Amino acid sequence: MKSLEELAKIREEAIKKVDIRGIREGTRIVVGMATCGIAAGARPVLMALLEEVKVRNLEDVLVSQTGCIGVCRLEPIVEVYRPGEEKVTYVEMTPEKIKKVVAEHIVNGKVVDAYTIGSLA
Amino acid sequence: MEIFRSHVLICGGTGCTSSGSETLIDTFNKELEKNGLTNEVKIVKTGCFGLCEAGPIVIVYPEGAFYSHVKVEDIKRITEEHLLKGRIVKDLLFKEAVEEDQIRSINEVEFYKKQKRVALKNCGVINPEDIREYIAFDGYKALGKALTEMKPEDVIDAIKKSGLRGRGGGGFPSGLKWEFTYKAQNDQKYVACNADEGDPGAFMDRSVLEGDPHAIVEAMAIAGYAVGADQGYVYVRAEYPIAVNRLQIAIDQAREYGLLGKNIFGTDFAFDLEIRLGAGAFVCGEETALLNSIEGKRGMPRPRPPFPAIKGLWEKPTLLNNVETYANVAQIILNGPEWFASMGTEKSKGTKVFALGGKINNTGLVEIPMGTTLKEVIYEIGGGIPNGKAFKAVQTGGPSGGCITADYLETPIDYDNLIALGSMMGSGGMIVMDEDNCMVDIARFFLDFTVDESCGKCPPCRIGTKRMLEILDKITSGQGELEDIDKLEKLAANIKASALCGLGQTAPNPVLSTLRYFRDEYIAHVTEKRCPAGVCQGLLSYTVTPELCKKCGICANKCPVNCIDGVKGKEVYKIDTEKCIKCGACMEACPFKAISKK
Repeated sequence: MKSLEELAKIREEAIKKVDIRGIREGTRIVVGMATCGIAAGARPVLMALLEEVKVRNLEDVLVSQTGCIGVCRLEPIVEVYRPGEEKVTYVEMTPEKIKKVVAEHIVNGKVVDAYTIGSLA
Repeated sequence: MEIFRSHVLICGGTGCTSSGSETLIDTFNKELEKNGLTNEVKIVKTGCFGLCEAGPIVIVYPEGAFYSHVKVEDIKRITEEHLLKGRIVKDLLFKEAVEEDQIRSINEVEFYKKQKRVALKNCGVINPEDIREYIAFDGYKALGKALTEMKPEDVIDAIKKSGLRGRGGGGFPSGLKWEFTYKAQNDQKYVACNADEGDPGAFMDRSVLEGDPHAIVEAMAIAGYAVGADQGYVYVRAEYPIAVNRLQIAIDQAREYGLLGKNIFGTDFAFDLEIRLGAGAFVCGEETALLNSIEGKRGMPRPRPPFPAIKGLWEKPTLLNNVETYANVAQIILNGPEWFASMGTEKSKGTKVFALGGKINNTGLVEIPMGTTLKEVIYEIGGGIPNGKAFKAVQTGGPSGGCITADYLETPIDYDNLIALGSMMGSGGMIVMDEDNCMVDIARFFLDFTVDESCGKCPPCRIGTKRMLEILDKITSGQGELEDIDKLEKLAANIKASALCGLGQTAPNPVLSTLRYFRDEYIAHVTEKRCPAGVCQGLLSYTVTPELCKKCGICANKCPVNCIDGVKGKEVYKIDTEKCIKCGACMEACPFKAISKK
């Protein structure tokens, strides 16, 4: 170890691996992963989401899963919780759609209205 | 680098390992593969979570779901339900984690809620065999800060201001010890770590080494910088194989990352560490005996002064601290001495780890701020006494300490309060006793231990404790006389005054403190030839209550010495107390609870 900077660099890399074990205030993205969700293709969505979070180096984003939300016909469903904002529910997600959600909503803070459950009404 | 959406933390401490956590890890890996989850879910083997009673323990993040008593059969369900579908398997959670159908995360469970984890900060949180996880949780930042921003005097000043006192038992102010070693003039100095944890029932040092070994490596390097030493030794008992193994891995990794060796953090500071294995003799936890043992000599104490800070290893100034003391050091440097001093009581700062054992529901390891009351520890964190039995006493400080009774449960725990009650902090063993424990027998147990462990160098300890044990044997077998109690007290006072080292000087404490609070039990043993708790075999007699006896004869069949007579179906059974060997088999066998002992 040559300097504090070197340590800080290692820490920065290492922290990404462990920080889901802490209590944090960040964005929480939850993928519905009950039987209905999985059957409708939630797994590729989840994988695409994880990949996107990794590629974009999004540090305060937590990807989690949940059970059946109740509207099985609209699965795969992804919900986004951001501090101080209303929960946003995206429906009929695909790997392509989730990439767009990450880019527009998570990174730029603009909800992708077209994919939300509200857009169906 | 892989990012995982879920981490499964499995306890790899000694407790959970012996209840099979290694097999759990293998099974989890197989199940994850079967379900195609290996790229999403990470299995991490951690150190002790503290609630050993509930082991093997598995925690699933990000939910913080707390599974207890996990069996191999349960893993398929946890994987398929929780990890695959996101449905927490409620019936496998720790009992307190499900309340009114609400699932609580591990941090909200009563056992953890009242705790304040400083020394155990990373235990059960990180993978102890991965230096990067330690670094992720601010590891080695304190060493970096000390080396690049602080002078040795500043480091010592911080430890002094924090109010940290030795966690191995004595409670000597750590900062002063560091200062003495710093001021001692010599071309060579050493730092050493006492990991020869020997108190029956105490296992916090083992847990720190198993769960967060880098914390000790870092703290010893900081200590080396502060006192001017370039070499450290960790003296750990060979009976702690997991701790030894993980510490060695930590030392190797620290060398690889240049955190041990030359020019650490680009400075002139050089430091290296070595492990020295002890054979598990209790006396080697005494500092001068420990230093002898590190040097390869027989582990026997020598008179002090000179103290190790002046003449320690190979006659050179040596700083010796215990594992838990070191575990606080990096935190003090990082968060400042004021932060540390803000916890605890006036003269005892910070937190203390206790190993809860004996008659208590939540057996395990807890870390609490100094000043927490015994009642909070035993009833709120420890979950109280099992089977609705009444609390009788708690033994603190192991074989060097004493017992504390129900009258003093409101006492805030700190060094000075415990000493005032005739006990001591010791290394933090806390053995809870209920109405079924005989206090004379407890005193005998601890004395038996010290007699066994006495090194034999000085007569008061070698001969005196042996004589005390003989008297206690006499009393518990029903041969005691009243003057024996006076003899015990006299012997105890003499041994305390004349023994060479701490082991001998404190050996009479369990006898003295049980005499102080439970003299009536001693007297009952001597004058009435009766053991009030029904423990001392020599004083027990088993009898059949005629009104309850259904004349079934089961007791007579079970008796190994045929001392129970009666006629099946016709005559009440009777025990011949002369022939009876007091094994208790009849009492256990009787379906009508017609046999009692007293």
